[in-house]
Amino acid sequence: MAKLNLSTYDTKGFYDEMFDENNMVRPNYKLFLDRLQKMSVSKLNALQHSTDRAQLSLGMTFNVYNDNQGVERILHLDIIPRIIQNKEWQYLEKGLQQRIKALNLFIQDIYNDQKVLKDKIIPKEMIFSSVSYLKELEGFKPPKDVWCHITGSDLIKGGDGQYYVLEDNLRCPSGVSYMLENREILKRTFPELFEKLDVKPVYNYTHILRDTLESLTDVEQPTVVVLTPGTYNSAYFEHSYLAQQMGAELVEGRDLIVKDDFVYMITTNGLQRVDVIYRRVDDDFIDPEVFNKHSLLGTPGLFRAYLKGNVVLVNAPGTGVVDDKAVYAYIPRIIKYYLGEDMILPNVKTYICDEAPDRKYVIENIHNLVVKQTDASGGYGMLIGPKSTKKEQEEFIAKIKKNPRNYIAQPMINLSRVPTITDETIEGRHVDLRPYALFGDDIKIIPGALTRVALEKGSIVVNSSQGGGSKDTWVLNS
Amino acid sequence: MLGRVANTIYWMNRYLERAENYARFMDVNFNLSLELPSNKEQQWKPLVAITGDWPLYEQLHNEVEKQKVIYFMAFEEQNPNSIYNCIINARENARAIRPEITKEVWEQINALYYLVKADSVKKGHDDKDLRQFFNAIKNGCQLLYGMYDATMSRNDGWNFGKLGQLIERADKTSRVLDVKYHLLLGSVKLVGSSLDLIQWAALLKSVSAYDMYRKKYGKLKSSSIAEFLILDTEFPRSILTCLMRSEQCIARLSGNSFGYRNTAQKRLGALRSQLEYTDIDNIIETGMHEYLDDIQLKLNDISTAIYEAFFSIEPHVK
Repeated sequence: MAKLNLSTYDTKGFYDEMFDENNMVRPNYKLFLDRLQKMSVSKLNALQHSTDRAQLSLGMTFNVYNDNQGVERILHLDIIPRIIQNKEWQYLEKGLQQRIKALNLFIQDIYNDQKVLKDKIIPKEMIFSSVSYLKELEGFKPPKDVWCHITGSDLIKGGDGQYYVLEDNLRCPSGVSYMLENREILKRTFPELFEKLDVKPVYNYTHILRDTLESLTDVEQPTVVVLTPGTYNSAYFEHSYLAQQMGAELVEGRDLIVKDDFVYMITTNGLQRVDVIYRRVDDDFIDPEVFNKHSLLGTPGLFRAYLKGNVVLVNAPGTGVVDDKAVYAYIPRIIKYYLGEDMILPNVKTYICDEAPDRKYVIENIHNLVVKQTDASGGYGMLIGPKSTKKEQEEFIAKIKKNPRNYIAQPMINLSRVPTITDETIEGRHVDLRPYALFGDDIKIIPGALTRVALEKGSIVVNSSQGGGSKDTWVLNS
Repeated sequence: MLGRVANTIYWMNRYLERAENYARFMDVNFNLSLELPSNKEQQWKPLVAITGDWPLYEQLHNEVEKQKVIYFMAFEEQNPNSIYNCIINARENARAIRPEITKEVWEQINALYYLVKADSVKKGHDDKDLRQFFNAIKNGCQLLYGMYDATMSRNDGWNFGKLGQLIERADKTSRVLDVKYHLLLGSVKLVGSSLDLIQWAALLKSVSAYDMYRKKYGKLKSSSIAEFLILDTEFPRSILTCLMRSEQCIARLSGNSFGYRNTAQKRLGALRSQLEYTDIDNIIETGMHEYLDDIQLKLNDISTAIYEAFFSIEPHVK
């Protein structure tokens, strides 16, 4: 039986999570590597293959936008985990808690006193021109003053071994079901390693989520529901999974009705009042009376009921303003302003095309930069300078000149790599990290994450809609 | 429970029951065809007639042939009631109400889904594969019924699901009997012959009734067979048993054990007592076909009334 040949494993030029620059195994991976080296290539492939089948039988499938209807795919799960030492995790935890605390204060401020704008920490045009800023919320305070109950920030590690926050995802971050199900699958794949390595469990996520949702209302034994756009949505598996794990009702907009500014669901025994809605429908579509008039996903009157305090929406509407990539550039200053602290987890250096000197720099150096549209996500509306053609660069320069508010640019970061199974062997592939935070009475970071991996050699696009896969993330107790 | 969700569970179970029945019908017919003189029209046309999809079959094919009938009922994507489509629909319904069912039930429906997805793309089934496929569908569905009963609480969801299954089952038993009874009685010269016996046995087998019938009546006799399949109160696939059990479900859902609270309950109770207070001689006098046809129409009315009573309620604050 052929064993894995690691002599050709190449770490050159990148930060590898398993091996250091001298090709020595890092301490957090030592036990795992021992196990790997005792295994034949065919055994490894067989283990990998069985995870694909497990995912299919669990129904962990999604439909891809713009794809043929009826085609279901699984998010490929590579069985080699990302392993994070406790010390490193504690740092991430502190950094994320600081960041989320400040961002929540920021959102409350811009919809209420707007001190941050009056003190000119951030230009007010920047906020008011954001498509995600909801004027309708001015003067509104959500229950317990919490706006961003659920966060799934995207972190990356650069060539210097330093973590950076790439995006905050305060609207409807997805992927947490993959964190939970990946763990279930890997526990079957490597049972003995979980014991030996002392991996922190993630299973209580849905319990904490339910507690967080219930904590937002004074109603005793509240009715909690998950609002989904429906079975055709690419994240439907997650919506149904979370509803089922929490014991909450899974509803669509058409199952709800608003009467006298209270929200009810239409049941076989008449109407039943709904107290908390974990909604996985974007702001734009939740209420055709206020937002997108053509939305069939929403419920007329829902926003009115929300403003009256008769129902809780999670996350609160209007949080998307932080996801605007131009606002992102101001986050270090936002943290300093509200907390008087320096940012623990750094941002990636960001050039704001709306500001003349930055714009000039971006246009001159576009071949070295990653340019992003400020209101896009999912890896769309993006130019990767070093991998683009002259023509693509010209197109983006024209776009930037036409609408500078809509673009930012960042230096190219060499995302760190984790060994990933290829046909014959293992090779380094670029990854990012999406941990999940829940904000109810306090901010809890679940010790685990969805590690997304760009499966194609050399690719740095980890999005599931563009050829990305996933890995389980093990946070160690030591 | 949400009206939409209740409707979805109801239909999920109807689709599964339908798929299982079709698989059984075809398997029995297949088996029978091996021992009978080959007359394709006579052997295979009734099968399509049972399903009520003969007009669609005629549109798609200009002759009756074993392979074509099997393809039509098992795999045809244009036939909304083919096994393929029943399983796809059941699974899509299950997906939409995933939080209402258990992991066991969900994974088994999913397994059936991958079974039909894999087999329907395979071209040119040979006979051995086909029988294996029918068996896999039957076993898969029965496994699912077992899981449904063994892992689900007896809540509204379970009752709506059972209701769907029982209404579908009553309908299918009545249809098989309707078509086969006439066909068999029509060929008078064969009465009592070994060929005749094989055919009556096949009718019983196609609703899994052969063993239990033999235990109760011993001899194969047309009126006893009709009596068993329509009026028996112990056999789980007889029409009356299905109606009695449906009534229990609907009583739990409506919250009363006496009288009726909605049209669905009223119609179901009426049909159940109609069967309860008749006997097989009455039915034969009325005319078997007329009697069964009337049952099928009433079952349709009951299904519509269930929809109106539970699934499409006019919103009103309680």
